Amino acid sequence: MRRFASRHPWWSAIIVVVAFILLWMMFAVWPEWLSDLIGSKKLFLNALFNGITLGGLYFLVASGFTLIFGLMRNVNLAHGSLYLLGGYVGYFVASWTGYWLLAFPAAFIVMALLGLLFQYFVFRRMEGEDLRQTLVTIGISIVVADLMLWSFGGDFYNINPPEWLSGPMDTFFITAVKSSGDYVFLRYPMVRVVIFAASVVIGLAMWIALNRTRIGMLIRAGVDDRDMLSATGVRIQLVFLGVFAFGAGLAGAAGVVGGTFQSLAPGEDTRFLLASLVVVIVGGMGSIPGTAIGALLVGVAEQFGSVYFPTYAVVLTFLIMVAVLAFRPQGIMGRS
Amino acid sequence: MRSGLMAGAAAVALLASAYSASAEGGPLKVGVLATLEGTYTVLGEDGVRGLKTALGQAGGKAGGREIELVIQSTDASPDSAVRGARKLVEQDGVEIVVGPLSGSEGIAIRDYCKTQPGVTFINGISGAQETTYVDPCPNMYRFNMDGAQWSAGLGDYIYNEKGYKKIATVGEDYSFVYTQVLGLVTEFCSAGGEVSERFWVPLGTKDFGSIIAALPDDVDAIYLGLGGGDAVNFLNQYQQAGGEANLIGGTIMVDGTVLSSKGSAKEALIGVPSAGPQADTWDDPKWQAYVKAYQDAFPPDQRFPIPSLLGTGYYNATNAMIQCLDKTNGDLSDGQAAFRQCLDTLELDAPNGKITLDSNRQAIGTNFVSEVVELPDGTLATKLVSMKENVNQTLGIDPEAFAKIGLPSRDVPECKTSYN
Repeated sequence: MRRFASRHPWWSAIIVVVAFILLWMMFAVWPEWLSDLIGSKKLFLNALFNGITLGGLYFLVASGFTLIFGLMRNVNLAHGSLYLLGGYVGYFVASWTGYWLLAFPAAFIVMALLGLLFQYFVFRRMEGEDLRQTLVTIGISIVVADLMLWSFGGDFYNINPPEWLSGPMDTFFITAVKSSGDYVFLRYPMVRVVIFAASVVIGLAMWIALNRTRIGMLIRAGVDDRDMLSATGVRIQLVFLGVFAFGAGLAGAAGVVGGTFQSLAPGEDTRFLLASLVVVIVGGMGSIPGTAIGALLVGVAEQFGSVYFPTYAVVLTFLIMVAVLAFRPQGIMGRS
Repeated sequence: MRSGLMAGAAAVALLASAYSASAEGGPLKVGVLATLEGTYTVLGEDGVRGLKTALGQAGGKAGGREIELVIQSTDASPDSAVRGARKLVEQDGVEIVVGPLSGSEGIAIRDYCKTQPGVTFINGISGAQETTYVDPCPNMYRFNMDGAQWSAGLGDYIYNEKGYKKIATVGEDYSFVYTQVLGLVTEFCSAGGEVSERFWVPLGTKDFGSIIAALPDDVDAIYLGLGGGDAVNFLNQYQQAGGEANLIGGTIMVDGTVLSSKGSAKEALIGVPSAGPQADTWDDPKWQAYVKAYQDAFPPDQRFPIPSLLGTGYYNATNAMIQCLDKTNGDLSDGQAAFRQCLDTLELDAPNGKITLDSNRQAIGTNFVSEVVELPDGTLATKLVSMKENVNQTLGIDPEAFAKIGLPSRDVPECKTSYN
């Protein structure tokens, strides 16, 4: 942190100012000219929080993707299929058992097993052959998509969150002041808050695991120099298997999240693959903090776009990508 | 060498298609365009079921000829529809195309249709106004009404019966929903209502959180012109945000495709008024017979409890084709002249009311105002409130005055008390 500040004084100053303005906009009661200029505070806060929670979902999907890429240099284009299939598994487990929370471990385990099979039977055989891996994963994603369409149909699936999670909750953000002097507080969907909290916890846990544990050390060493690591006697294939399974499991659990606050249907697989690609390109391939930043940027851009200029909302995400590629091709936190 | 090979292959393909097109008496190739991928997948699937129901009733034959189906998937985008139609016509050599399903696809197919005068296009269920209203294609027929006609009766009902004086609309940003809103706004505003805001979201929007926050509080009801996955996502997130406004449904918002989605999102729709070309639980014997035929044609887990309007649309289009092929004994010679003559004058006795065509080959038919109810078995369906017969494309407004309203778009039509 301090090193960043001394190396980039201007950037640090800008970041601090932006953060300060954002905080002020979140907590202050807006003066009239501001509401006139960019619409009500309720709208702004909702767009901001929706963007952040959506970013949380993108982070869950993309972190597995970036982990796999970082370690194995393997662009797994079947990642979206793992997301969608995990969602379906979660739906059936949740509706059979009646426990929403059970859907997460179930989807995680099933997808992790599938990931193990992928790594063991497919990717291990074509290590280092980028083009072949890319083509094979595209092939797998097409086959899996058709199999899913065949078995689950084109219907829309919603995973129902439990009673205590559905509906809105009151927050302490003031959106307006009534003429009587009473404050109007923002009401916000409970389920989104919980999902965001969960993705923060998972993100932190991953960061700690990577930076503070022995396994994390092995993985980081593998990212830096795979050959050297295996030369020191580490059974690198086991590490690969573990990381692939973990990344795939995360995608599956993210599918449950997506099925809860959006819906599951054919086509969602490619949508989330595209989203993860954009997130990872913006954040920097292989970096967990980068993925978090990228996911937040993309999520917030999408939501602000949909409120303030709906027609061009889709373009905004790609504009961010273009800007990053133009000025920092390795991604925001990527290493060149 | 390589280009020679390609030219050879192309020549073979051309010859093959020419051969199949001229084979008289053999099976008749019919192309089908339906959205079997993307956000409208379920809708396309039910369209195909409607088509197969009609074919099954005819024993898979028409005019003494076996019908050979070539089904081509699209994704609701205009270019996918044109690509699909090109493949059907230029590679597979079909002589009749049934489809497409979605509004903007229809407009694109109208333009492609003009380049293929030898092929007859019978629209599946696409409902943009422009398809038959502006510069129509002489060999394209539409036996379903357009989105504006599907709104007929709704504006009056919500103003006079429901007492909604001021509404806002949320819709997907493309031609079909523009057309639907045109139908609603002209009628609702003529009755005295006010439309305060119109929100447009891209087709395929998944996260409506911020749109929901932007909905105004000071309106009596909110009209939802969404379909497929977008509709389900909106309802899901609307419930999560604790939304409590009165809702009004666009035609494909309260369709079987949304009403039979999995999960509890759809429950927000109970009691919601809407209008469209069918009312699911109508007790008319012809409608009931059709519903039964549909139910018998597919096992319960592979269909909706009641056919969706997309199924009904493709069913009607296919029936029109079969009836005219029967009448002309499958004669498609002379540029399909006899067949087209028959389509032009056909009075289709459809399960959802009589359908005739106007001079633009656009349907004039019956529209149904309905409300969503929960049936005893727990499924949701639309229940008839009132019917409006002989709805034409200009909605009963004098054609010249109707032309002055302009083509439907984001902010056309204006909300006025009179359009004459």
